[in-house]
Amino acid sequence: METPDKKIKAIEKQEYEDLASQIRPKPKLARNMAWAFVVGGLICMSGQWIINYMVSLGVSLTDASTSASCILIFLAALFTGLGYYNELGQHAGAGSIVPITGFANAIVASALEYKREGYIFGVGARIFSVAGPTLVFGFVIAVLVGLIKVFLTS
Amino acid sequence: MPGRKKRGQQTVVFDSPPVITAWASVVGPKEGEGPWGQDFDLVLEDYLFGEKTWEMAEHKMLREAITRAVDKRNFMPEDIDLLLAGDLLNQIVASNFAARDLEIPFLGLYGACSTMSEGLSVGAMLMDGGYFERIVAAACSHHYTAERQYRFPTEQGVQKAATAQWTATAAGAVLLEASGSGPSIKSITVGKVIDMGQTDQSDMGSAMAAAAAHTIKTHLSDLNLPGDYYDLIVSGDLGQIGSAIARQLFVRDGIISPEYSDCGVLLYDQSQTVGSGASGCGCCACMLCGPLLKKMQKGEINKLLLVATGALMSPVTSFQGESIPSIAHAVAIETA
Repeated sequence: METPDKKIKAIEKQEYEDLASQIRPKPKLARNMAWAFVVGGLICMSGQWIINYMVSLGVSLTDASTSASCILIFLAALFTGLGYYNELGQHAGAGSIVPITGFANAIVASALEYKREGYIFGVGARIFSVAGPTLVFGFVIAVLVGLIKVFLTS
Repeated sequence: MPGRKKRGQQTVVFDSPPVITAWASVVGPKEGEGPWGQDFDLVLEDYLFGEKTWEMAEHKMLREAITRAVDKRNFMPEDIDLLLAGDLLNQIVASNFAARDLEIPFLGLYGACSTMSEGLSVGAMLMDGGYFERIVAAACSHHYTAERQYRFPTEQGVQKAATAQWTATAAGAVLLEASGSGPSIKSITVGKVIDMGQTDQSDMGSAMAAAAAHTIKTHLSDLNLPGDYYDLIVSGDLGQIGSAIARQLFVRDGIISPEYSDCGVLLYDQSQTVGSGASGCGCCACMLCGPLLKKMQKGEINKLLLVATGALMSPVTSFQGESIPSIAHAVAIETA
């Protein structure tokens, strides 16, 4: 049941939101998207460059891909530790979060943050505080895709 | 005669206004680089202040601000009757730990970023009521302890929204005495919790502006004052966006030509990349216990209305989809 009081309150809130939304700056979509595209693209391109280079040295494609991931993860962790990755993230947004380097950044940032609470209840318990959802839903999707494959191929 | 000090809906006027005899502020490096760097008592060189953790640094800042304020009147901490303090951490630990070291009788307060006004209000009432002779009201916040509590790990590369604010690393303490020289607290208005249904955690100015405008309107109407009575009405941490909304609300509420500003807008330079401005308990605490009270001392401001604003949500309530309730308390400070 909507009482008159509640209706008035809802109208007040809507009026307030209308006022606030006039004042609130719009996110700079074009600039943010350009940054995300360029930075995300560069990170992925550097991965491809590592793969191509290793393949040209005679490494198998699988090994080269794995190595590229490891190298990018290492670099992201290093630059997180040095305090540069969050600066990049300020501008690049999703461009530096979505690639594998963003995942590494989320884990290392958590590890650094919670180190002062000790290795068990700090680092151990909270290292996946940000990256956790990616893992959980990654696993779920992997299981689902695996099941689909089992049914399709049996 | 109960109720004789109360005026109108929410305001209390003091018979013997408590005097602000001393004050002190301690701020972080970023705040020191801002436009008011010279006006603070101590600017830290780094965010750890010689401690192992940011939490310990925060409580040391608060302790330092309190001891400096008390020392300016040549008192020792044990000469103080009561400490009223609060901060943003869970269980207000920065204040608890500062009080542990100081051994002053202590009442912890939580009003989020409105704590400075809350402390001054409670302190002024206790003093005018004749319960205590010397009271310290203090508040503090630390950028990195607040970030980890409310948002993300500090090294994580998350893009801040343009509406987001920067939690100030700052502490401020005010010494109230029953008599003495200095500006005094003439009246206070206790705010109501106002919720306009705003839910964006990275835009708290929009949520809090409604509370600030409500308290200012109530204060002026309770005391029957014109909008331009105060030399400066200063809100706590609405930031650029929140204070712009507040100005619109003044027009709506018929508050004519108020001299209005916001500590969150004032604390940093535009070039310091802080989104919409500063926030945190320490933002308005250090602005009051630095530039604002100095200006009152010099006679540049004679009537100041401090309206610290607080967003009363927690990360848990926000994740559960609740809106952001907010509050603002007004403290009227005037030179005699």
